[in-house]
Amino acid sequence: MKNLGLVAYLDIKESLRAKWFYVYAFVFGGLMGLFFISGITDSVVMGFTGLSRLLLVFIQVTIIILPIFILTTTVKSIAGDRESNVLEYMLSFPISLKEYYWGKFIGRFVTVFFPVVIALFIGVAWGLYKGGNQMPWAMITLYSMLIFSICVVFLGIAFFISTLVKSHDVAIGLSFAVWIVLLAFIDVALIGLMMQNRISDDLIITIAMLNPIETFRIGAIALFDPELTVIGPVAYYLLDSLGHSLLIVYAVLYPVILGMLFAFFGYNAFKKRDLL
Amino acid sequence: MPDKKIVEARNVVKQFMGERVLDDVTISIDLGDKIAMMGPNGAGKTTFVRSMLGFYHIDSGKIQIEGLDPIKSRTKVLKEISFIPQLPPPVKLNVAELLEYVERSSDTPSSRIAEEAKAMDLDIDAQMQKPFFKLSGGMKQKLLIAIALARKSKLFVFDEPTANLDPKAREHFYKLLSGIDYPHSTIFITHRIEEVEGLANRKIYMDLGKVVEDERL
Repeated sequence: MKNLGLVAYLDIKESLRAKWFYVYAFVFGGLMGLFFISGITDSVVMGFTGLSRLLLVFIQVTIIILPIFILTTTVKSIAGDRESNVLEYMLSFPISLKEYYWGKFIGRFVTVFFPVVIALFIGVAWGLYKGGNQMPWAMITLYSMLIFSICVVFLGIAFFISTLVKSHDVAIGLSFAVWIVLLAFIDVALIGLMMQNRISDDLIITIAMLNPIETFRIGAIALFDPELTVIGPVAYYLLDSLGHSLLIVYAVLYPVILGMLFAFFGYNAFKKRDLL
Repeated sequence: MPDKKIVEARNVVKQFMGERVLDDVTISIDLGDKIAMMGPNGAGKTTFVRSMLGFYHIDSGKIQIEGLDPIKSRTKVLKEISFIPQLPPPVKLNVAELLEYVERSSDTPSSRIAEEAKAMDLDIDAQMQKPFFKLSGGMKQKLLIAIALARKSKLFVFDEPTANLDPKAREHFYKLLSGIDYPHSTIFITHRIEEVEGLANRKIYMDLGKVVEDERL
């Protein structure tokens, strides 16, 4: 596996020069700046209340932006490499498919995970500067783990799509479709299904539980609002069934497992299908 | 020259969407063969080469490189093959990174690549920090040729290698190829036999996925 680190390292170096990475880092860094300017931390009671509010807004925005960024940039670069024959050339060297695929996965993970976590830490530092007097370690740890989870799950899905679909345009379209469906099923579609009363509540809860964006959202808000009153009946039901600690464990572990499953399916397809 | 088989392809069939792109292809390549592989677009030349490199899973038949399956023994097979694609791919790594990739994956010292490049009138030290895709067409092709030659493989696969080279660079390239001083085989995919005249000792002509002509020159 000597080439795994090489592929990961070169992918990171390549990404750090790519335009998509600058846009990605700028969006998350810029978001934090926007929150500072708009005074999200400047609530009536300064300190943790303001900091918690900042992190909560950050996480809520992350739910929307992070998946689509990861999906589109990853499928674009992998499917693009295939279409432009970069993959053909790079794989004409004696590198195993395992090293290449997982090296790319690790490299891409580093480039999508760290900008968001760094933005999170900048937010915390700003919050402390503005009046907080103690580092909210529990919140930072949980949020870092949740960002880790959501990066893994969407990278897994993106790698899966990239190995299945050979056309760059189709891969991008499919990524958007996945994102829209998952976003719809955190709220709008679920409410619609509930209102129609055509399927059982248990099924609706299960759909919600299987949606990694929903588990991320629930996990993120669970620390801020332990009763989950702000996100409605599904979260309330889950809290009642699983309990607070198990719910958080589920919110962190489930997306990681799901993402790794997709990544393994993608690897299997990469190995067993034509590479070009 | 020892009569050692490098490539053994028997009754190879490859289909894309129901269409036979390789139709019962049987080709045997010995060490020392310098093949001009010719044929119109869509004849199956590139598909055959890609199958040899393990990029395609063939539908039936068998391909072996030195007795090894290019899919199952991918890394061992690719250690013995240097490949230059028809058009230089837009690799985003800079030249230093690309050389590092080649050096560590193929045990090919960068200094050897630099020497080969120098023989092609390309000073890569001056280009190290430039992304590969930003080099001129000729520079890219020269660097790919330098990498391929520096790997000291037993089999070279060149897909229209001189397409981006000026006459002087072509001359350098031919001279370098003629100067390889160890037993090896070469496949030139080309549309014009004149391109590889004097370098090839065998011509394989393909059409509609079949080998229609295979003769010694």
